Formats: sequence, structure tokens, C-alpha cells
Amino acid sequence: MYRYNDYDRAIVKARVAQFRDQTRRFFAGELSEDEFRPLRLQNGLYIQRHAPMLRIAIPYGLLSSEQLRMLAHIARTHDRDYGHFSTRQNIQYNWIPLEQVPEVLEKLSSVDMHGIQTSGNCIRNITSDPYAGIALDEIVDPRPWCEILRQWSTFHPEFAFLPRKFKIAINGAEHDRAVVRCHDIGLEVYRNAAGELVLRVFAGGGMGRTPIIGSVIRDNLPWQHMLTYCEAVLRVYNRYGRRDNSYKARIKILVKALGAEEFARQVDAEWEHFKDGPGTLTQAELARVAAHFTAPAYDAAAGGESELAARAAAERPFERWLSRNVRAHRQPGYRAVVLSLKPTGKPPGDVDSDTMDAIADLADRYSFGELRVTHEQNLVLADVRADQLYALWGELRKLGLATPNIGLLTDIVCCPGGDFCSLANAKSIPIAQAIQERFDDLDYLYDLGELELNISGCMNSCGHHHVGHIGVLGVDKSGSEWYQISIGGAQGNDTSLGEVIGPSFAAEQVPDVVEHLIDTYVDNRQPEERFLDVVRRLGVEPFKSRVYANVAGAKRAKEVEHV
Amino acid sequence: MSERQTEILLADGSVIADDWVWLRLPESAEPQKKSAGKVVLFRLTGDSAAPAEVVAGVAIPASGRVLLPLTIWLARKDELAPRLAAGEIGVWLDSFEEPQALVDSLADINTLPVIGLNFPRFIDGRAFSVAFLLRNRYGYRGQLRALGDVLRDQLFFLRRVGFDAYAVRADLDIRAAAASLADFPEVYQSSTDQPLPLFRRA
Repeated sequence: MYRYNDYDRAIVKARVAQFRDQTRRFFAGELSEDEFRPLRLQNGLYIQRHAPMLRIAIPYGLLSSEQLRMLAHIARTHDRDYGHFSTRQNIQYNWIPLEQVPEVLEKLSSVDMHGIQTSGNCIRNITSDPYAGIALDEIVDPRPWCEILRQWSTFHPEFAFLPRKFKIAINGAEHDRAVVRCHDIGLEVYRNAAGELVLRVFAGGGMGRTPIIGSVIRDNLPWQHMLTYCEAVLRVYNRYGRRDNSYKARIKILVKALGAEEFARQVDAEWEHFKDGPGTLTQAELARVAAHFTAPAYDAAAGGESELAARAAAERPFERWLSRNVRAHRQPGYRAVVLSLKPTGKPPGDVDSDTMDAIADLADRYSFGELRVTHEQNLVLADVRADQLYALWGELRKLGLATPNIGLLTDIVCCPGGDFCSLANAKSIPIAQAIQERFDDLDYLYDLGELELNISGCMNSCGHHHVGHIGVLGVDKSGSEWYQISIGGAQGNDTSLGEVIGPSFAAEQVPDVVEHLIDTYVDNRQPEERFLDVVRRLGVEPFKSRVYANVAGAKRAKEVEHV
Repeated sequence: MSERQTEILLADGSVIADDWVWLRLPESAEPQKKSAGKVVLFRLTGDSAAPAEVVAGVAIPASGRVLLPLTIWLARKDELAPRLAAGEIGVWLDSFEEPQALVDSLADINTLPVIGLNFPRFIDGRAFSVAFLLRNRYGYRGQLRALGDVLRDQLFFLRRVGFDAYAVRADLDIRAAAASLADFPEVYQSSTDQPLPLFRRA
């Protein structure tokens, strides 16, 4: 993974000093609440229900064991002993007192970490494929591109006060695992017919209040132009994005208003002025950064495939874990292992500090001291020897990290919701737990197969409910919490936005609703069809009628429905 | 409505007395920001919404150096020609106004000793891009001045994109603020102050 050099370190240290002084000025009354807000936000600091919430950047989800130990230390020393891995591959703490934040940032800087641009109206943490560098379908390793963009976007002087937040994701594989179509800019690195490394640029995608799938504004862009082209997009957006209404300030609204073609024309016109200028990437820079992402020292002798098959045949639970939580690897004799942060009864994505330390040890012992965070809020040990999987499984089971539910209904993606977040309309964690409890029969879960359920506590869509096969959205109606259900959303190459099935439900009804959705699927499926496939084939109607015919009280909910 | 900025911060950190009078349109005639309406009006940001009679009626100080709103400059540049020649006229743009309109109004943009860019609220970052364009696209070499809600923590970025004078908000300690011009020891990207990105220098 990328290791900081003296420049990187000096910049982060300067940021710590700057924020320490900003905090001092705030407490001294030299900065008003309004003036301090954007400054603290650009360090990832929100004021939340209980205390400030501090979001730490995990650039494109890559983490070293040393960094994870520091995250554990901070949870233990400054928070209530846990952290929450977010859908943007970052980590959040909920209970750090404001006065301690400069000290926390100082500690983080000692392991090359920070909260820079994890919030606020600026370019946020770059996100990418958690299986970068190891996936079988990878065309180009996206990590060097992520790092080049990270550096370019860090303290970009022109784009620190954008109309609204700005998220960039990069994918370099045949299958998009970075949701590039739902980002302000989505980049796909690929090889064109001539074998040259080029980019496809999506713009104007996003979730939130107005979910929109991004449009391709540029295809076949030579890689050398990645930064200058992004600069042109950002400049057009910075100048013409709306600033009068924060709900309409994302780039997607501008792209929609102008039309993707006209937006692309304006970007091109801007880009024309400096396209071959000094911002053009060089082979030397690409090589310098790419050198940080070389393969670890794999053991060519790693193997044990036949023993693995024998163990799997003998032990059903191990076989299940292998089938759900272990992924193929491009290096023979190796696998990627997903650590499920979704056991029933725990908030999705939460990890306590002792477990973080234990995971760091596992990363050291089994996976070259590195790990990845997925946008589905799980962790990945990317380079595990096949002949060590059984031993690792045993250790993960003891830690409660081996729930074999990756990609299944109970692998719920869920924002912190109304229990923690002051933006939320409704709680989301208790809904996730109620659904997990309802569907606790593993055999049944396996029979249902791949099913993504996403919960957001408000329209900001941190739980990515728009792209959940089943999406649950918390809404506030006359001061009480209701849940709107959508189906048919999907991430990936065939990204689609879910369709709302009808009036909202009360919290206690949600597990019933999910059950009726599932029953409709089971009754209608053909062999090999996933839930999503059936929704796409039959449409929303059969699901909708079954749910509203059976869930008592839906009518009552309808009476207060007004959105 | 006019205001004399008594002191101004420069890019080298010095604070000097300033004799430019910042002339603004009467409050009631502030140009309407068209972006609040239909989305198709995004491009109309430079529209002159101050009625012609208001623009015609604004009293311009008869002598001394005056920083004029773009709308007044465009409407009355003929009568102001002698004072422009005497180096007494600067022009400022609000955050929604188009620099192209100013550039088109002059044979040479560098005839203006000062161009001001207003920050109606510090979170409105449009002027960062406009400053970059004035320096790099339009070749402006005179003083580029940040006006309005100019706070300490913008200074590093302001300097980088090409502002070289900062009318730090009057209630703030302008001398203490100067320290933030040097908040960071190194930068990754190219901008006006540093035409080469770090990867072409290091």
C-alpha cells in the first residue's frame, strides 16, 4: 500500500497544527459557530446527538495493521471502545470530546492518517474496489489512480468551498464494485481496442434525495489526462452548480439541468485550455505511485487445495464460510477472506477496540499486515494462503467475525441512523437487528441466495438504500418514524435505482414486510433466479400487492402518508 | 454605499494602508441571483439586474481611487475613461458575475490596476475559480483583491489561486491572520502560485 514520504507527512502534520489553532480560536471566541463549522467538517468533525462525530479517512479502503491498532487505541482511549466502518470505506467515532480532537489527529498523523476532507463541501475520500490488485476480473489496478487523485484533491486551493460535497470512485475491473455510476465522478480504467490505458468518465451520479445514475461524459480518455479532465469538471461545477438550495447543489442537478451532452461540451471547452499543460500525468509519476502497490511476497508453493476440499466436505459450517466469505484470488494458492461485521445482534459495521487489535494481529499473521474496508461495511484480508484458511476460520469464529452471510439478506448495509446521527429521520440499527433476528435460519438464508438489503435513516442515503435489492428508508411523518420500502435497486455494471412499493410502515412492521417480499420471490422464482432477477422480470406489482394485503396497519400508515 | 478599506493584507504577509474606495450598489438594487429560479438559467449569472436608472444614479466619488461594481463599470465606462487612464479605476465582480464580461469591456485587462472579487459568504467558493481564470486564462497581472467575507482560514487557498491582496474582514485581527498565508509547507497541485504539480518538481 502507499507509504507516505516526507512531503505527505509534512502536509498532514501542518494540518494537525492548523486544526489545533482553529479549535483554540473557536474556544477563544475568535471563530463563530458558523465560521468554525466548515473548518471542522473538512477535518471530518460533525456535531452529533451525543458528542462530535469524527470521521477518519481510510483512503480507498486500504489499511495497515499498524493503522488499525491506532484506530483501536483511539476507540479505547478517546471514545467508548468501538468504531463504525462506513459505506464510504472510512471509520467513524461517535463520542470523542471536541477538546480531544486535536490530540486524536496528532496521534493519527503518527501512522499517516487524518480526517482531511472526510466531510464538508469539498472533494471527499476517493473510494474503490476492495479487491483491487487481487480480483480475477481486474483489468487495471485502480489503487495507483486512487492515490494520484488523493494527492491532487488534498487541499486543492480552488475546490475547498464547492456548492456541495464531491465524491469520486474508481473501478478497474470488469465488474464494478465501487458503485461508480452513483458518484459525482465515476472513473473506469480500462484498455481500449488499441491496448492503451484509458478512462471512461461518468458524471452526475449520486444517491441522496434525488438519486440519479451518472452519465458517461467522456470515453477513451488517455490516462495522462485524468487530473486535468477532473479539474475541468470541478471548475465547471464550482462556477455553475447551484448554491441557493443545498438540496439542489450536487453536480447531478447541474448535469441534469444542462443535459449530459451540454455539460460534457462545457467541460471540454474548459479542458481545451490546459489539457496538455503541466497537470498532465507522467509515466514517471504513475510508475512512482504504482511501485507502492506491487504484489506481496507470495509463496509460489502455497497450496493445499485438496485438503481444503476435504475439510469443506467434512465440515458443513466451514464449507458455508468458504462459499460465502472467501473469494477467489488471482494468485494460485491464495484467497481473499471477508470478515463479516454483520453478526446478528450487533450494529452493522461496528467493531470494538479489542477486536480491532485482534484483527490487526490476524492481518499480520495471515495477510501481509494489510486489510481493506468494503463499502458494504465488512473487512477483507486480501492475501490469505489457501492452506491457512481453516486455521484462520477457527480464529475468526472465536472473534465473532466468521458469520457466513456475505452477500446474503443478513449482510445488511446500514447507516448509524437516529441513534447517533443528528441528520437522521429515523433509527436504522434496530431495524437491521429486527430483520437479522427474523431471518436467523442459515439454511433458509442460503436458499434465498444473493440478496442485498440496505437501510438509510434519512434521505442522505448513507446506507445506499437506492441500490439495495431491498431498500429501507427512514422518513419522518408528523414527528414519528416510518419506513419506506423500495425494491429492485442494484449496484454494479447494471446499476439500477429501487422503486418505492407504496406507503410507509411503522418500525415493527418492517420485518413482516421483508418476509412478504421474500415469500413473493420464493413463490415466483425460476431456477437460478435471484430476488433481484424476479423483481426485474415481474416488476413491483406482485410484491406490492402481497405486502399490502398482508401487513396489518399499512392502511393506517397510508393515512399519514404525504410525501 | 461605499467603504474605505483602511488596511489590506498582501501576499508577502505585510499589512499596508489602503486608499481604494470600495463602491457598492445600493442594497435594494443588488442584482438578482438568477440561479434561484429555473435551472435552465444557470448561465445567466452575469445578468445586470440592477435597473439602469439605479446604475446611472449611483454617485461615484469625484476623485481618488475607486473600486466599482461591474455593472456600473459596464454602463458608464465612457464617462470614466479619463479616470481609468489616470489609474483611479478598479472593478470588482460579485461571485455570480462572469469575468468574460469585464475582459470584453477593455482593450487590455491590464489597464485595470485592481480587480476585486467578492465573497458574499466565505462558503461561496466561486471566486477561487474566477481568480484562477483571471490569472491564467485572461493574463491579468494587476492586483487581485479578495473582498467581503474574507477570513483567515481562506488565505492559504486565496494566495494559491492568484489573489495577492486580502481585505480581511474588519472585525478580525488582520496581522494575526497573515500567519495563515503559510499554513502548509508544501502543495500537491499546480495553481497560479506554483505552475508545476509536486510530481514534476520532487
